[in-house]
Amino acid sequence: MNSLKLAAKILIYGTLLIVAALILYWLVFHSRWSWFVEYLPLLIKGLWLTILLLVLSVVLGGLLAIPIGLVQVTGPAPLAWAAKTFCTVIRGTPLLVQLWLIYYGLGSLFPQIGMAYPGFKENFMWLIRLDGFYYALFAFTISFAGYEGEVMRGAFLGVPRGELEAARAFGMSPWKVLTRVWFPRAVRFVLPTLAGETVLQLQSTPLAFTVTVMDLMGVTSKIRQDTFRIFEPLMLLAVLYMCLTFVIVWGFSFVEKMVPQKR
Amino acid sequence: MPRAFFFWGIMADKPGFPEILSFSPTGYGDELAWAAAISISIAILAYALGLLIGIIGALGKLGGSELTQKVLHGYTTLVRAVPELILILLLFYAGTSGLNALLAEAGFESITINGFIAGVCVLGFVQGAYSTEVLRAAIQAIPIGQIEAARAYGMSPFLQFRRITLPAMLSFAIPGMANLWLIVTKGTALLAVVGYTELTLATKQAAGNTKMYFTFYIVAGAIYLCVTLLSEQGFGWLERRVRRGQRALT
Repeated sequence: MNSLKLAAKILIYGTLLIVAALILYWLVFHSRWSWFVEYLPLLIKGLWLTILLLVLSVVLGGLLAIPIGLVQVTGPAPLAWAAKTFCTVIRGTPLLVQLWLIYYGLGSLFPQIGMAYPGFKENFMWLIRLDGFYYALFAFTISFAGYEGEVMRGAFLGVPRGELEAARAFGMSPWKVLTRVWFPRAVRFVLPTLAGETVLQLQSTPLAFTVTVMDLMGVTSKIRQDTFRIFEPLMLLAVLYMCLTFVIVWGFSFVEKMVPQKR
Repeated sequence: MPRAFFFWGIMADKPGFPEILSFSPTGYGDELAWAAAISISIAILAYALGLLIGIIGALGKLGGSELTQKVLHGYTTLVRAVPELILILLLFYAGTSGLNALLAEAGFESITINGFIAGVCVLGFVQGAYSTEVLRAAIQAIPIGQIEAARAYGMSPFLQFRRITLPAMLSFAIPGMANLWLIVTKGTALLAVVGYTELTLATKQAAGNTKMYFTFYIVAGAIYLCVTLLSEQGFGWLERRVRRGQRALT
């Protein structure tokens, strides 16, 4: 038994060492990083676009998620049904299909309308010429709203009934109950899950490069096409995304500590 | 006129709407059905591979030596911190060219790796990290007294796993595993980015050829949605089955 364990240990260490040595060998003797300086300004712009996409879609999608979650709890029934369907459809289809539906579908619809109505073409030229970034932002926002709407529904349901009844007994209007008691309590439930959701959202932003957005991923694929280097840009990209992930996790744990929590 | 225009614009883009989805040689129905079958097969195989890695990983994380635990911790952290798309690109290119470099070193001819197998391996590798965490958490959620009792009865580790750990952890594991299945069915769409013709890429090609973007993307979305809804039913039934005899949640 002991010699078996030793053999397994040697095997694992050996494999790890060989893999590490191979990667190191490749990094030292075969990898080329001369493109890095030339593409640094583009990379910084790409990083900025990635962060912009992430922050805007999380903020806008989060705001959109509040009513989506709320109407599922309070009704009226048709709105609740619509919100429920929206969440199911968004969560049940791949983001890539949603993104391409919006980009290619709307992207070809606007010029068609412009063709049929010259007035539309004159007044809404910006809509026809819209950059891929805005389509990506729209797709990511509704995707985040769909996932987060479901979370908000659970959070609104999780607030104890008695607290809402107490607020009503104080004579608060429904709006005041929502802003003073219901919403602040629900947000406390959501806060711990928000870091994970934001990380997942960050991990779906590279899809934007398929609709011509020059985010980090888009710049990387340009580097790959220009220099024919495959691994170096992708490795750099993986490291950058890992750093962004850790920044998000660290940032949210910092915020969570600031918010007073009753245990 | 405007109303008719909008109807065609949104529902069909062009006349000829229902026929284009037929299974005849001029329609795209057969192509889409075949691509959907490929997508689902990849998802099933990748899920099974991920489950296998997950079981080994969870047992290793809980009962393995310190070294095994460190290696597994590195694996799960790394895979979960890097976007799936980038992992797919990296493993797709690194896997094929690395294998070919090894083959060339050993004196064999280089081979082109089947996109189907590569897709299964890559998605399975990513799934493995997530399944490891789900199964580990599920095993840890079992009250320790139950496992101690099994040990006190003199059960062998295998019997203890089969009779106590496995049935007791299933009710904790199934919601997480159901979630992972939904993630992998949607994850197969990412293979479109590396140029493998599964449902999403087949849809893109069909939509590009016919310029009927809304029609085809909505059909593809509906197929994914059907798979999701059916699986949710299936997993709901499974969860009720493994939870029978337990007190209801909430």
